[in-house]
Amino acid sequence: MAFYFVQFLTGLASAASLFLVASGLSIIFGVTRIVNFAHGAFYMLGAYVAFTLTERFSGALGFWGGIVVAALIVAAVGVLVEMVLLRRIYHAPELFQLLATFGLTLMVQDIVVLIWGPDDLLGRRAPGFRGAVDFFGQNIPSYDLFLIALSPIVLGILWLLFQRTRWGVLVRAATQDRDMVAALGVNQKWLFTSVFALGVFLAALGGALQIPRDAVHHALDLRIIVEVFVVVVIGGLGSIIGAFVAAVLVSELNAFGILIFPKISIILVFLVMAVVLIVRPWGLFGKPEAAARRTPGLTVNPWRPLTSGERLMSIGALALAAMLPLFAGNYALTVGSEIAIFVIFAASLHFLMSVGGLASFGHAAYFGLGAYGVAFLAKAAGLPMIVSLLLGPLLGLLGAAVFGFFAVQLSGVYFAMLTLAFAQIIWSIAFQWVTVTGGDNGILGVWPDNWASSPASFYWLSLGIAALVATVLRVIVFSPFGFALRATRDSPLRSEAIGINGKRVRWTAFVIAGTTAGIGGALFAYLKGSVFPDSVGISLSVDALVMVLLGGVETVSGAVIGAIVFKAANIWLVSQTDLSKLVLGGFIVLMVVAFPKGIVGTLEALRNRRRSTDTKSALATSRVEVAE
Amino acid sequence: MSMVPTLLSVENLSKSYGGVHAVRSVSFELRAGEILALIGPNGAGKSTCFDMLNGQNMPDSGRITLLGEDTVGRKPRAIWRLGVGRTFQITATFPTMTVRENVQVALVSYGRQLFNLWGSTAAYARGEAGRLLELVGMGAYAERPCGELAYGDLKRLELAIALANQPRLLLMDEPTAGMAPRERIELMRLTARIAREQSIGVLFTEHDMDVVFEHADRILVLNRGSLIAEGSPEEVRGNPQVRAIYLGEGLVYDARHREGAGA
Amino acid sequence: MKLQVADLNSFYGPAHILFDIALEVGEGEVVALLGRNGAGKSTTFRSIVGLVENRSGRIVFEGKDVSREPTHAIVRGGLGYVPEERRIFTDLTVEENLEVGRQPKRPNAPYWTREKLFTLFPNLGEMRNRPGGRMSGGEQQMLTIARTLMGNPSLVLLDEPSEGLSPKIVEQMVDAILAMKKEGVSIVVSEQNLHFARLISDRVYIIERGKICFGGTIAELDARPDVRDAHLSL
Repeated sequence: MAFYFVQFLTGLASAASLFLVASGLSIIFGVTRIVNFAHGAFYMLGAYVAFTLTERFSGALGFWGGIVVAALIVAAVGVLVEMVLLRRIYHAPELFQLLATFGLTLMVQDIVVLIWGPDDLLGRRAPGFRGAVDFFGQNIPSYDLFLIALSPIVLGILWLLFQRTRWGVLVRAATQDRDMVAALGVNQKWLFTSVFALGVFLAALGGALQIPRDAVHHALDLRIIVEVFVVVVIGGLGSIIGAFVAAVLVSELNAFGILIFPKISIILVFLVMAVVLIVRPWGLFGKPEAAARRTPGLTVNPWRPLTSGERLMSIGALALAAMLPLFAGNYALTVGSEIAIFVIFAASLHFLMSVGGLASFGHAAYFGLGAYGVAFLAKAAGLPMIVSLLLGPLLGLLGAAVFGFFAVQLSGVYFAMLTLAFAQIIWSIAFQWVTVTGGDNGILGVWPDNWASSPASFYWLSLGIAALVATVLRVIVFSPFGFALRATRDSPLRSEAIGINGKRVRWTAFVIAGTTAGIGGALFAYLKGSVFPDSVGISLSVDALVMVLLGGVETVSGAVIGAIVFKAANIWLVSQTDLSKLVLGGFIVLMVVAFPKGIVGTLEALRNRRRSTDTKSALATSRVEVAE
Repeated sequence: MSMVPTLLSVENLSKSYGGVHAVRSVSFELRAGEILALIGPNGAGKSTCFDMLNGQNMPDSGRITLLGEDTVGRKPRAIWRLGVGRTFQITATFPTMTVRENVQVALVSYGRQLFNLWGSTAAYARGEAGRLLELVGMGAYAERPCGELAYGDLKRLELAIALANQPRLLLMDEPTAGMAPRERIELMRLTARIAREQSIGVLFTEHDMDVVFEHADRILVLNRGSLIAEGSPEEVRGNPQVRAIYLGEGLVYDARHREGAGA
Repeated sequence: MKLQVADLNSFYGPAHILFDIALEVGEGEVVALLGRNGAGKSTTFRSIVGLVENRSGRIVFEGKDVSREPTHAIVRGGLGYVPEERRIFTDLTVEENLEVGRQPKRPNAPYWTREKLFTLFPNLGEMRNRPGGRMSGGEQQMLTIARTLMGNPSLVLLDEPSEGLSPKIVEQMVDAILAMKKEGVSIVVSEQNLHFARLISDRVYIIERGKICFGGTIAELDARPDVRDAHLSL
């Protein structure tokens, strides 16, 4: 009994940091509407800076002062980030904001390693809380008791701040309608900055307070951010009390889950999250999001099928690509195959995002499932390549059908966070279920059959499938289903009022996209001859998002261009620098700020501007004639 | 009138939120081809009533019978399948499509082709979409991007979309909100003409008394969730209780529609 | 002259919305800006208070050009703005909504306290702790005006205050606007309802497709039925 009680207290103590970070994320989201992916990075920075300060300054004052000063320093960094970066993207679509802050996260990962090195750092114990308390023969670290007491205190302070001060009233008002707050004479720039500073302070404090419990290392950011996403999805984004309750819930599920499913304890958290989402899609304490106001004056060009000229051009480009083996070497062909595979992957996500308006942050899950599917079939069942290629993607379909069912209950940032969490669950399974997946060692020796084993024939295979996939997806975009899907994105209210079952339509789209990604993953397994948990990882999911954005979200076929450019640049970049995350992160941030329409979107905008100046002058003349 | 079939019958409809009675025991009937206005002060329960009729909200008690079927508990899309067209107070259309495509999507849904992955939407029911657009006077705009339309034209497009399932009943929530006076009259004339020709019943809410008195066959007045008056425009206009609660002195609508002004 | 706007041009993205708008509001005057939906009434207001960033022209408020100032600075200078669609903070109580609008007392402008506002809008005084989301449309509209008055403005821009309100409430709105005028607040009201405009305004402007096409008194407008019918579709 005492053992379970101690386990319970350990869970509560872990909840403290989680609550601090999640409440910070919620506060920032409430006002700025930005889901700050970099929140995990600030948490990690808090831990690193606190480590340095507490090592440097001795005594109780040195330790506790170091913790607080570390949080303040990181908050100051946060203010800088807000003023330099976020102020430029407050009016951008939420997906861009998530991506930009993810870019920051990538940059911080490399910077942290540059400053503190790649090794784990063990921090000092907290002065005054070094010992343990005996409870019926079980030891509870007294520092845990301190953490348990801390979170309700922080909760109380936050509550007073928001309910009892003018600043709090202004923040709550801005949470609902920030333009209106400005229209009442409040300088919202500083309001936003102060809110962001508070949120980052809480995250950094959460990180700093962890150093007596946990080693500091450069993967802390992704670990905490995924947990925090789960917490805010369960508790409700924007609700501090929700963050508190859900942080406790998740920590306890982890604490006890380890006793029940020692290998894959994350399953328990997933089950609870699934139940909450079905009963209350906006979380335990969240509120349904009001429909976003449309930006006035935003003209959208309707999509149209390719003209016959454009069709000829596409076929010509494909024919040109098919001639590559005539003059390129084996390395170039392997790169070419990889690019073709990523065209498939990017096109599948693009279909979901552009047509369905569903930005998945965990699309690699289905790519990876396709790859694992092939590996199981080829290695375990010994099936020939053609059969594995046909059946492997079905694992992607299955995964997309199960997770998609839950994911399409939500939209917007909730959808993004949930898909990310799902992908992370699949990653954990791939990583931890060593007997089946080989864990970190992966599954090796998945080689193509003889007919496809030469680089040239594999390239032709990949290119052919990529062309087929892109064509089929394009046909679906202009099919009745494609229009129905676009209708649910354009106006959920109207589409429901004309008899469209939005969830079923979106679920179908999710399954189509997941299966298509699985096809890419299946080819990828054969290309590499192996499968690793990396094929399910967050960075692969984000690569796909970047490819789509680079090509242009608002276009029909931008993903193809985006994938080619990004993948080629990426392969080149990795061969040139050790700081690829820093460069890639910087590139993402720059792209979101400077190039939000992507390559194809920018080209289209240029072409339309030229066209509209022509028609405008024609219109002006006709109007003059009428007026006279 | 007694020969005309009843389309919609509402009996003792009630709904409360947190102890506040939003709608109390409201009953009324609507016949085919009839235009019925639901008016009342802000917060009187009009929206709640509307949301229960179109399936967005569950009543606490009461019955809604539409074309002989009990619709309580059905989803909006199921009620649409029964033959109800809707327009919204703030227009809801698909801005990334052309005007014709907006109507075509509704026709795709009506033809149960939503999960057709291989057909061409451009070719689907093109003629029918064109006919509906002609009906509301939008034929010339068929290939325009919907996002470029003026507000009054969007309202007419919405009407065309609402007619795509050959409805027996139109539910229009403040159909003329945000329109210029002449556009208001034109839209309601158009609606009335279509309703009479196809004997569609129309239920609408509205704050513009010029529109209500000009076009409604019958008016229901709601106050604090209860029906306080029902009758022809003349009767409602002359009702002292309605004047005290809702109409006021009649300073802010057309003099022709004030009581005793030569109705 | 309270407010003088000249050569105002505004853009949403590539779209040119307002063309050389010019209008003037005298001390203590109530001016109506009439026009149909999409004519540019709201954009004019949003441009004056700086919510449309892409704009050019002169906006002189109390002798000072404010066209380069951010919204909050313009509003703090005493130019109040009540947007269309009410936009109250539904999670906040009546008192808290008013608190968001509170600004220090300023010279040359009437000073409003909560108590004084509750006399002007007696309904609000009876529901001080009610969340805005649980008020009726009419009460919400009154609250948006009261909230803006908490900033002690000397000029208020009222965007379509009668839209979506019952005739009875619109009549109360007329009384409230006239009471504000009596206190010395200058007011610009955008409207589609000419009956309403008649009851409150000293002068009217008509805006059509982003251009001012008429300016004068109600009597002058009535003398030009051609103008009135062409642009207001009455």
